[in-house]
Amino acid sequence: MNEPLQLISDFQPSANLMQFIEISILTLLLVVSIAMLRMRRLFGVVMLSGIYSFLSALFFVALDAVDVAFTEAAVGAGISTILMLSAMLLTARREKPFVPGHAFLALLVCVVVGGALVYATFDAPLYGDPMAPANAYVGQAYVDRMAVEISMPNIVTGVLASYRGYDTMGETAVIFTAALGVMLLLGLGSERGGRVVSDVPPEPEASPSSDSTAQNSTAQNSTGQKSPAPTANSPIGREDAP
Amino acid sequence: MMDHLILRVMIKLFFAPILLFALYVQFHGDYGPGGGFQAGVIFASAFILFALGFGLRTTQKAVPPSVLPYFMVTGLLLYAGTGVVTLFLGGNFLDYYVLAPNSHHNAGQHMGIFLVELGVGMAVFSSMLTIFYYFAGREPEISDEDW
Repeated sequence: MNEPLQLISDFQPSANLMQFIEISILTLLLVVSIAMLRMRRLFGVVMLSGIYSFLSALFFVALDAVDVAFTEAAVGAGISTILMLSAMLLTARREKPFVPGHAFLALLVCVVVGGALVYATFDAPLYGDPMAPANAYVGQAYVDRMAVEISMPNIVTGVLASYRGYDTMGETAVIFTAALGVMLLLGLGSERGGRVVSDVPPEPEASPSSDSTAQNSTAQNSTGQKSPAPTANSPIGREDAP
Repeated sequence: MMDHLILRVMIKLFFAPILLFALYVQFHGDYGPGGGFQAGVIFASAFILFALGFGLRTTQKAVPPSVLPYFMVTGLLLYAGTGVVTLFLGGNFLDYYVLAPNSHHNAGQHMGIFLVELGVGMAVFSSMLTIFYYFAGREPEISDEDW
């Protein structure tokens, strides 16, 4: 890279098939997000968020960011959909009805923030500009030095694990800490046979003889014999459950 | 227990290929898209898929929740330990060149990245499965009319 970097780019974007595909995916993203806003049934919202993640992954593939697309498809559409489903089971099945109030203030905040974001896009480099700052300075340096210093075909892995290895260690620690926090907050009871933590109030007529049978009755409730307490106050579909 | 027969047969059919694909993503991350994070998530998603089809208790018999924290700690320590080893070999923290000095094709970098990605994969796999276990274990298993 001997030629000096151009500060003012004369790049002119041209319409082609790839841009048509990308604009179509972005339109679908908008449609899905509006549908998520309109939907009250939380199961549908979770499924739509999975669809949103898959569309995002598709968009990243169209932008040649395959690693990011991979992560989005695995984490966004896979794991977080499952986690949202599990979290939905801990709460209600349906969103609470909309309570009017503060609508004008919320609209004002949205318009101001949205206007500022749109105004900021006027300064952004044009779409697909090879001289954009993201492509020109540090990114180009990584591309140039990678073959000599690490000699690994996947530049993303090299940047993540070697050039920025310290950051990735912090991210791994973040995930470790997240799992640790979930274990402490949602503990299933002690692993060594302590009392199982449950939101279900104890049955008055069951009269368990010992602690082990109490645990067994809790476990048998979980197979669907009767509706447990935390879901009984959800607004739909539990009263007529067998 | 003959509910969801087609789903269960398909899950059994897909379980091993998903694990194999996760290992491919893990150990081929230097050459293709992927790496430890994605591999860990895919590896965990195979077990989560199994749990969705066959129940949480069956899955916890195969992968008990009590062993997962050891995997989490081992993964994180493998990452940090690689850095400490490079410190003791005379380099900077996570400076992989000292793992194989005098190499003409950067073998030290490859070794270091391999170890580090293995640590990330182990930590992410066990963390994701732990989070799923603890979320799903709070509630009785999902009955059909809830969907």
